Amino acid sequence: MANAHSDHPAHLQHHFVSSEQQFDAAKMGMWLFLVTEILLFSGMFVAYIVYRTWHPEVFAHSAELLDPFMGGLNTIVLLASSFTVALGIHYAQKDNKKGLVINLILTFLFALTFLVVKYFEYTAKFEHGVFPGAAFDPHGVSHGVDYALYNIPYARQFFSIYFVMTGIHGFHVLVGMGLFTWITIRALKGEFSSAYYTPVENCGLYWHLVDIIWIFLFPLLYLI
Amino acid sequence: MSESASGTINYLNHDKSIKSWLLTLDHKRIGIMYLIAVSLAFLAGGILAILVRIELMAPGETIMSADAYNQSFTLHAVLMIFTFIIPAVPAVMGNFVLPLQIGAKDVAFPRLNLASFYIYVLGAVIAMAALLVGRIDGGWTFYTPYSTSVGDGILFVTTGVFVMGFSSILTGLNFIVTVHKMRAPGLTWNRLPLFIWSIYATAIVQVLATPVIGITMLLLFLEKFMHIGIFDPALGGDPVLFQHFFWFYSHPAVYIMILPAFGIISDLMGTFSRHQVSGYKFVALSSVAIAFLGFLVWGHHMFVSGQSATSSVVFSLITYLIGIPTGVKVINWVSTMYRGSVQLKTPMLYAIAFLFTFSIGGFTGIMLGVLAIDIHLHDTYFVVAHFHYVMMGGNVIAALGGLHYWWPKITGKMFNEKLGKIAAGLVFFGFNLTFFPQFIMGAQGMPRRYYDYLPEFQGYHLLSTYGSWVLAAGLFLILGYLLASLINGKKAGLNPWGALTLEWTHTTTPPHPHNFLETPIVTRGAYDFHLAKELFATGEEVSEVVTSTH
Repeated sequence: MANAHSDHPAHLQHHFVSSEQQFDAAKMGMWLFLVTEILLFSGMFVAYIVYRTWHPEVFAHSAELLDPFMGGLNTIVLLASSFTVALGIHYAQKDNKKGLVINLILTFLFALTFLVVKYFEYTAKFEHGVFPGAAFDPHGVSHGVDYALYNIPYARQFFSIYFVMTGIHGFHVLVGMGLFTWITIRALKGEFSSAYYTPVENCGLYWHLVDIIWIFLFPLLYLI
Repeated sequence: MSESASGTINYLNHDKSIKSWLLTLDHKRIGIMYLIAVSLAFLAGGILAILVRIELMAPGETIMSADAYNQSFTLHAVLMIFTFIIPAVPAVMGNFVLPLQIGAKDVAFPRLNLASFYIYVLGAVIAMAALLVGRIDGGWTFYTPYSTSVGDGILFVTTGVFVMGFSSILTGLNFIVTVHKMRAPGLTWNRLPLFIWSIYATAIVQVLATPVIGITMLLLFLEKFMHIGIFDPALGGDPVLFQHFFWFYSHPAVYIMILPAFGIISDLMGTFSRHQVSGYKFVALSSVAIAFLGFLVWGHHMFVSGQSATSSVVFSLITYLIGIPTGVKVINWVSTMYRGSVQLKTPMLYAIAFLFTFSIGGFTGIMLGVLAIDIHLHDTYFVVAHFHYVMMGGNVIAALGGLHYWWPKITGKMFNEKLGKIAAGLVFFGFNLTFFPQFIMGAQGMPRRYYDYLPEFQGYHLLSTYGSWVLAAGLFLILGYLLASLINGKKAGLNPWGALTLEWTHTTTPPHPHNFLETPIVTRGAYDFHLAKELFATGEEVSEVVTSTH
């Protein structure tokens, strides 16, 4: 805050002419990065579309094993976290350090909740031999579901795609938690203000992307 | 501007410690580190190429077993493509020249720039470790199911390619933002050097295509490691899907390799013809058009894969379209020479050599895009000759031209012009001797990647192998006199070629650590020689060029 009005603020790197230029560059870089993320996931979406088109009945049948309640819960959790991170940026712009820190911590906790739910979903599958790849061997009965009924040709592809997509998405959630830890520490040190909040804004953009990808994953894998 | 370069602080002498190099954020030093790294990769890939050529001098076993041969050509391709040619021009010359040409102090994200260098090194080391683990011998395309059914080397190669992809993405992202946000006052898009336009188009392809090879390599890794059944037909997967995924990146990657070469050639044509590059806007936008169309033609690698006939026809037609923007470039380069006053310095020799070799590579590419012809020529030496004419005859020859052109700026030293011309001749002659016979034997049915062959092909193989030695001699000669110039080269003037771009007109030789003492203000286009009164009125640099030519 102290340097916000001086001629050469501490956050301004030497190769930029002005804070505005630095902010614009960082934001553009972040958007480009998000484009690459979408293309990374697009490969998996294509694989999903191809195999779903070839084996629609297997995919519809296999999807019954996924729990829409858990998936729906996680959707709500992520949407809430997108709201809190947006609030955090708002508070950074208003020079409200306390509001910023609280919302960053809330976002972190929502992300953690998401992964905990995912953990329970994964382990419930693993217990009955629903693994990605060679170990795929559904068996046993639980909650009235006979897993052996899902041991059919091309179910392996569905679950491989499910685990790879949600796994990579989960990895992004984990990275997001790391990012929020990092900017929460910086926020506590008072590094952000209305004059400089680029990292908060960019982490927020990243987090919205993680959220949006889940918004597509959830119906494709759980609901249809 | 007229101050002497001697005794001034420059990016090489302001801090000479090892640490100041390894941890540098200066785009010029990062460019040089890339230059050393990709040169080593080129050397390694080149040695393998020479070994492969020696093996092919006679049918049957000559110097190595069939197994060693398969691994050699595969590793040659992997090294040349992923560790050399994709990073070569963007990461070396793009890094060194781009901020200078747009009048910026550095790229937009210097730390990211350094990180991308180390990510590249890490990826390259992982890919090379595959050598120790062994058995990657199915060619650089890693087609399934073969690639997932042999040895564990593939795990390292896919990881290495995945990691190097990040480096490529970060470099591209950095350049796009730099071009958008960091241009000097007055440097409008229409005044940009064409090298910038082409690096910009390249960066777009790097950012949009590379993530797809990332996910492809990841899925291939998981296929091999966990048998997820996406690509392996024995598990219900689809190998053609892998080919689609692979070429969705790897065809645009061809333009990552060739677009920067176009940019260098445009700069050389303008500078050494002393004339505005003809059809500037068309040349600039054709780079963007090629980048765009490049995303829509991947299926022309798969005419015999079993994809639908309709797809093949559409891919074939779009492939023809690429010929249009490419032709626009070639015609405008020739026109620039015709209208200008050509100075046959070493870099320009490469530009002219490029016109021949690249045009042959381009035309044969259109031929291969024709469905019926491709069925005949698919997987023959004709294809090998075609892409070497584009990659080596296009990218490498242009890169050599660029290296000679910017060498005085990078090092502050002039190389031996006479040896330069001899080497350029050797490279051009050796290159054509190596690869032209391959067109002929390919058209006659010699399949690519074969260890053994019918005796009637031996004459062509011999010519090709002799050519590879001439080519190697030329390249080692270049290495020799460039290194010698560091020790006893004549000191380079501020603007030895009489160029008009900012790296020659507005900074010292070698450049200041912060590039410019004051931000340049641009008042003319990159090739507006008719406006460059200072250069022709009393300019020492131009007379220096003229006197040394005769």
